[in-house]
Amino acid sequence: MSTTTDTPTRRGPTNPGERIAEWTDGRLGLYKLAKSNLRKIFPDHWSFMLGEVCLYSFTILILTGVYLTLFFHPSMNEVVYHGPYAPLQGVRMSEAYASTMHISFEVRGGLLIRQIHHWSALIFIAAMIVHMMRVFFTGAFRRPREINWLFGWTLLFLGMFTGFTGYSLPDDLLSGTGVRFMEGAVLSTPVVGTYLSMFLFGGEFPGHDFVGRFYSVHILLLPGLMAGLLVAHLILVFFHKHTQFPGAGKTEKNVVGSPLLPIYTAKAGGFFFLVFGIISAIAAVATINPIWTMGPYRPDQVSTGAQPDWYMGFSEGLIRVMPGWEIRAWGHTLVLGVFIPLMVFPLVMMAIAVYPFIEAWVTGDKREHHLLDRPRNRPVRTGFGVAWLTLYFVLLVGGGNDIFATHFHLSINAITWFVRVSFFVAPVLAYWATKRVCLGLQRRDRDKVLHGRETGIIKRLPHGEFIEVHELLSQQELHVLTAHAQPRPIEVGPEVDENGVERKANPVAKLQARMSRNFYGEHSQIPKPTAEEYEEITSGHGHH
Amino acid sequence: MSETGSHNDVSENLPSEHGARGGDVAVKSDPFANPGLPPHEHRRQDIDEKAARHSERVVAGLFMLSMLGTLGFIASFVVFPIDKIIYVFPIGHVSALNFSLGLTLGVALFAIGAGAVHWARTLMSDEEVADERHRVDADDELKENVRQQWITGAKESGFGRRKLIRNTMFGALTLVPLSGVVILRDLGPLPEKKLDHTLWTRGKVLVNTNTDKPLRPEDVIVGSLTFARPEGLEEAQEDFQEQIAKAALMIVRLKPEDIKDKRERDWAHEGIVAFSKICTHVGCPISLYEQQTHHVLCPCHQSTFDLSDGARVLFGPAGHPLPQLRISVNGDGNLIALGDFEEPVGPAFWERS
Repeated sequence: MSTTTDTPTRRGPTNPGERIAEWTDGRLGLYKLAKSNLRKIFPDHWSFMLGEVCLYSFTILILTGVYLTLFFHPSMNEVVYHGPYAPLQGVRMSEAYASTMHISFEVRGGLLIRQIHHWSALIFIAAMIVHMMRVFFTGAFRRPREINWLFGWTLLFLGMFTGFTGYSLPDDLLSGTGVRFMEGAVLSTPVVGTYLSMFLFGGEFPGHDFVGRFYSVHILLLPGLMAGLLVAHLILVFFHKHTQFPGAGKTEKNVVGSPLLPIYTAKAGGFFFLVFGIISAIAAVATINPIWTMGPYRPDQVSTGAQPDWYMGFSEGLIRVMPGWEIRAWGHTLVLGVFIPLMVFPLVMMAIAVYPFIEAWVTGDKREHHLLDRPRNRPVRTGFGVAWLTLYFVLLVGGGNDIFATHFHLSINAITWFVRVSFFVAPVLAYWATKRVCLGLQRRDRDKVLHGRETGIIKRLPHGEFIEVHELLSQQELHVLTAHAQPRPIEVGPEVDENGVERKANPVAKLQARMSRNFYGEHSQIPKPTAEEYEEITSGHGHH
Repeated sequence: MSETGSHNDVSENLPSEHGARGGDVAVKSDPFANPGLPPHEHRRQDIDEKAARHSERVVAGLFMLSMLGTLGFIASFVVFPIDKIIYVFPIGHVSALNFSLGLTLGVALFAIGAGAVHWARTLMSDEEVADERHRVDADDELKENVRQQWITGAKESGFGRRKLIRNTMFGALTLVPLSGVVILRDLGPLPEKKLDHTLWTRGKVLVNTNTDKPLRPEDVIVGSLTFARPEGLEEAQEDFQEQIAKAALMIVRLKPEDIKDKRERDWAHEGIVAFSKICTHVGCPISLYEQQTHHVLCPCHQSTFDLSDGARVLFGPAGHPLPQLRISVNGDGNLIALGDFEEPVGPAFWERS
């Protein structure tokens, strides 16, 4: 811009768009906001679109959710069905169920929007988990992004409960069974369980209140919180500027990519339509939650193969594989068989939430990081992440033990025992194996840097020897493979101080040093090649 | 540096600049140095106007496809009756309206996205640019400035000096949310003994849930599973759901000699036993009966109970046996209860003795 606003020679607005911008600027300071953001740089990598999938599926959920509220009656008043679906003629059901039937069979497009809504919910939570894993394995959660990590994690946690309260609303046989399970879990809470249950359901289960209560939680309270967190999450993405992978020209002090206007706007905006379009097509061809086949909820009826939506599967696994421990004493029952899974469920989630802070403490690394790690270069972190995922999947298997049993003709008892053992063993094995794989990959990187890439070309030397030709890497490739830092572990310090007096080592410091050795000790990283090693090998003999 | 602080001071453990390779200029002596941004390579569209025009046509074509999709959506909405079912290979029989609306909407949306992305990738500048990053935290001067403002503000409030105000304010702020808690009291009634009792009383007739007829011993044959509810409990009743959630029964007939548990045999009528249908784990209705072994399985979490042995738990997460109802026959030859369950049915809870 060659002129500034206070220069009298500044020409006036010429077209309507500019006039609107001027008007808005005078009230909202639009130009100042646009100055730093209109050409903001966003780096490009396929994995950076995972968060976009979350954002867009959330947007689709809001759009389709508002449509559904126009037709849904959040009421448990009983009505007799007289709609077009013949098998349920004359059946008593709640208004919630009847109105969901109405949406599915009598509102044109209603079934489509219901199915888009439900599919989006599944995709939303799946995308959040995959996005969180991307952030985890690349170390994008490190300073200054720890708080944004927590925002994202909270969104995932709230998303699961929004999903649960949402699929409970139609009051069909399957979802009602899920609510009953929740009531049983609440009852297991020591001392106050029965009170919580009575207050939650307005009396004895199921009562006439929970659909209405879940409704306000599902459409107002949780989405409101989530929308706020989401905006904060995005503001922080803008404020911190996006992380980037190491590469030519990319440093901790810059961000390399394409500007918001036009490239990123077109790509990200277009991506919204791609996601929406794909979910619409899925909703057209794949039926989801066909409540008419399940019928209305009755507490004395159930269908086999009852499964929650997939993201609740790991809590289902916890409750299924836990032994039925009950301690009875002094006229009271401590229902550990249900209460322990109820408590482990948030703990599993918390383990991943607090990881960034534990890593920062163990490594003592308080610096800002904007260049992403390659997962192989942080074997302990990567191992922990894979262990966590392994635990998650083991519990998913536990949650579907009946499905696995019937589909694979296995004994349900055997599967349950397998999950019980794997709950403890599998994460350890996964951690160990992942760490080995990471170290192996580090060794391969080292070989690649020092000896180049195998070309597959076999050459015969004059004296008859066969050798494979190795091609040296470009400087950019060399840089990417060596750009990571390899910190030394933290020392506790000498046992005696400078006066020779024995020093009491702080136990916390000792723990930190031990964990730091685990992170950065010689068993956790392969020394990357030094410039000297490289010079020595490449300048000397043996290269072709 | 003091020894006690040494474990916190890790600066010496962190790599120096050359390890982190943050430099942005290529240094000849360092083979691994960052070579800097690679030169921009032109795409075909950047140099060949014909290719660019082709891309333009593709993008415009996609946008036009989207328009067709929307028209198709409207047409489907008008044309297909909501109850029309069509066969689509390989999905099967589907609602014509849902299928056509979803696909046309999908095309209308996807084509916009594909057009926008293709436009960005082929016609908009693909030159990568670098932006500077700035530290998130403030410099010392700014920090000091804010600190002074804070101190001035705090001093002007007298917050630290006037302890009485401070303490009473904390007290008031701590108490005021209590109203918000108290007002939630009427969310539900107190539990009292509600969970301990069901509708079953002495002499109440067992009614077959499926036929709505009183159950007679001769209706219950060995190997079948029958569900029963108390007489007088009708679906149209206001509290039907709450009552059936506790009173639902599962009736099977065993050969008396097959019953291993003495109390179970005593509470049965000619080998007919009545157990609560509600699982003692988290309350699912149990519905899978294996007639050879007399095991019942809860389909939700697979707790398995042995109906020939006091419904003890054989496997799964349930913590205690299913409660049994004492039954007999009245003068009309109908099965009746001889009282309520002797323990609460369904999931365990704190007050359960």
